[in-house]
Amino acid sequence: MAHAHHDHHDHDHPHPTRPDQDDRLTYYQTMEIAVRELLVEKGILTADQIRRQVEDMDNRTPLRGAKVVARAWTDPAYKARLLAEGNPALEEIGLDRGPYRLVVVENTPAVHNVIVCTLCSCYPRWLLGLPPDWYKSRNYRSRVVREPRSVLREFGLDLRDDVTVRVHDSTADMRYLVLPARPAGTEGWSEEQLAALVTRDTMIGVAVPRPANP
Amino acid sequence: MSTAAISPRYCPGERVKVRAAYPPGHVRTPFYIRGHSGVVERLCGNYPNPEELAYARPGLPAQPLYRVRFLQRDVWPDYAGQPADSVDVEIYQHWLEPA
Repeated sequence: MAHAHHDHHDHDHPHPTRPDQDDRLTYYQTMEIAVRELLVEKGILTADQIRRQVEDMDNRTPLRGAKVVARAWTDPAYKARLLAEGNPALEEIGLDRGPYRLVVVENTPAVHNVIVCTLCSCYPRWLLGLPPDWYKSRNYRSRVVREPRSVLREFGLDLRDDVTVRVHDSTADMRYLVLPARPAGTEGWSEEQLAALVTRDTMIGVAVPRPANP
Repeated sequence: MSTAAISPRYCPGERVKVRAAYPPGHVRTPFYIRGHSGVVERLCGNYPNPEELAYARPGLPAQPLYRVRFLQRDVWPDYAGQPADSVDVEIYQHWLEPA
């Protein structure tokens, strides 16, 4: 910035500071630290094992799901197996089959699918990483199941009246992945090029992949 | 884990109704769908009853779990979308009755 704020020491009034957000622990944060420290003190887990597990969790990203979608777009036989039974199809391309049964739902010109967990935040974390904050919000959870078209419009997705909207409420032991429709104009693209179009939101169903971002 | 399971009572395509029950505890049947009728989309397999698991009990015999498809216009009387719009919900067998 040209007009740099370089003269802090020339005046005596204090600037407002943004408060630290980690200076007070919630009840559950305190409980987590207490349990973690006890596990380490008792020699059940090491601090490094816990750190590594957290790092592994953070390393799971939507790139995994994108790889599945890109393979399904380029290999019709793979797509058929994926839609029939999700977990073995993940293993087939070298991904973790995951701790829950995976149901893959396909978007077509006639049907658009969108995923929610109205009860909490069920999400295929091993395939997409941590869910976005809005996915866990009461606002999304209560509204997308009741007025999905309005919610999708707020996400920038305006569905035509001749497209059926299917909401999937992830209430129990299944986890869901939306298989978006392959965009027109991507004929001949490699799996890697296609995977780059597949974002987290397109696999939750609040967006659709576009060949190029406008 | 034991493989003890209750036999499935419903088939894909069959019309079922969700019990309009309101017990306390860890219930995975969403409030909004209780008392509504839909069609079995698929049988998902057998799973220990989460209402028992939540209290550290084994939840066995396992309950058949279904995905049931409901028409939005049946669930929400003022639904503003299209007539074919639907919501699929996972429901354990002990929450279902023939419609």
